[in-house]
Amino acid sequence: MSELSNNLKLAPEKMGPVFEIERLTKTFARQNVTALSNVELTIKKGEFVSVIGSSGCGKSTLLKIMAGLLPPTQGRVLLEGQPVRGPSSHIGMMFQQATLLPWKNTVENVLLPISIREGTAAAKKAYDHAVSLLELVGLGGFTKAYPGELSGGMAQRASICRMLVSNPSMLLLDEPFSALDELTRDFMNMELQRICMEKEATTFLVTHSLAEAVILSDRILVMQSRPGRVVEDVSIDLPRPRTLEMINTPYFGEIVAHIRALLAKDGNAANS
Amino acid sequence: MAKSEEDFEDTVWEEKDALIDRIPRSIAMFLLFIIVVGLWDLVTRMGWVSPIILPTPMETLNDLIFVGSNLTSGGYMLSALWTTTLTVFYGFLIAVCIGFSLGVLVGETKFGERAVMPYLVAIDTMPKVAFAPLFIAWLGFDIASKVALAAFIATFPIVVATAAGLYAATENERMLFKSIGATRLQTLLHLKLPTGLPYFFTGLKIAAVGVMAGAITGEFLGGGKGFGALIRQSASQLNTPRVFSLILYLSLLGLALYFTVVWTQKKFVFWNKSGNLSGVN
Repeated sequence: MSELSNNLKLAPEKMGPVFEIERLTKTFARQNVTALSNVELTIKKGEFVSVIGSSGCGKSTLLKIMAGLLPPTQGRVLLEGQPVRGPSSHIGMMFQQATLLPWKNTVENVLLPISIREGTAAAKKAYDHAVSLLELVGLGGFTKAYPGELSGGMAQRASICRMLVSNPSMLLLDEPFSALDELTRDFMNMELQRICMEKEATTFLVTHSLAEAVILSDRILVMQSRPGRVVEDVSIDLPRPRTLEMINTPYFGEIVAHIRALLAKDGNAANS
Repeated sequence: MAKSEEDFEDTVWEEKDALIDRIPRSIAMFLLFIIVVGLWDLVTRMGWVSPIILPTPMETLNDLIFVGSNLTSGGYMLSALWTTTLTVFYGFLIAVCIGFSLGVLVGETKFGERAVMPYLVAIDTMPKVAFAPLFIAWLGFDIASKVALAAFIATFPIVVATAAGLYAATENERMLFKSIGATRLQTLLHLKLPTGLPYFFTGLKIAAVGVMAGAITGEFLGGGKGFGALIRQSASQLNTPRVFSLILYLSLLGLALYFTVVWTQKKFVFWNKSGNLSGVN
């Protein structure tokens, strides 16, 4: 087990950071709530980092700040060395729902970020790129289909393509498959891993699911609430590509138990 | 001992709808028509209701044919119908333009929501027909005052529906647009307005009914050359069959407007498959 993980471990330490967060604090003055307190985070190129925590621990706030959708109260947020002061085309986002526009067909939905940012002409130029992305996720035959004709899993795959279409250097995923049934979800997680490996993507995932976080991530940030803070940065030494069978290994069980204990502590604190 | 397979037939059985659910639409409509006209004929034939209050179906039919021939031969009724049609058309057009603009103002800007909406709600709760004398005083007895009343009544449902439609985009959709760097105008044009279209059309349908009521009320109260004036004139002459047939022809105008809206909605909102009460949506 440990032999396996030592041999096949990724070596991200050789590459520079894509995302850097220093002493990040976010308070919502209106509700007098400290959503995030002194969060430190460095994500290296090609790394897959997850954040897990009970609801209300500030993980969605963290994601929104990283995406430039919310301003921080204190601290530095750098994407490839540049401060994040608003949405950027270097960031690709994915949400809980596929949020495809029902009046656009699949390929038009995938091209939406480009047509909004650069106009229709640029979107036309990127058409072949969008189609090749759809082929990558197995939707090559559905370029002209409307979202109403796609299943939940297919819609989420299309939204993966929309996230990738502008070749972002950082992917931010907000519980992307939590609305899907469990079988589809497992399958989509494996697809996500395959796509991230193929694209050498740097990925940040917010999730509720422990198993999902462990199976996908190189590192897991465990957050506790009130105030929202990172209590542990857990490295996952499982070889890539990960498989669903790894869920049954003792190592996997140990990590899950360890993180669950951390989360339970927060749950007790929140209930007391 | 277990029975062998051949001892049982396949367990095939049919789910049956009740008889009342199995009648096809055309027959169902025809049946109801026969029942209503039959009852109508009965109460008039038996002398239970005075013919001045309720004409017989036959009298009504005869008058329908008379009015129909007058309309098709280009008689004075046709010009009256044309006047009312124009009133309804202009009223609807004005209501759509003003209603949509105010709806965007209310639904898209905080100022509209905070400052304009309370006044709109206040005006909307007033009985709008009561404004008719004012419109007549301001705009005269011609078509303009009727157009104004019709538009006035039809504007509010469009405002409310447009504003509600602009709120209909989900939090995730807004976040998506924000994250891809969309401007406010882009978000309005490419997300909020298309998302709100089904709401907008619902408002148009309510407005289509209101604009008819407004136009006819205007003609009742302000006279003029429209169908409303003809109806009032016939009523004052106790020509009840004529009132009936005029109302029936008038309803064709309302239906035409309503189904123009429905047809336009089907063209533009092809993706929305909700609202399946057939023949209405």
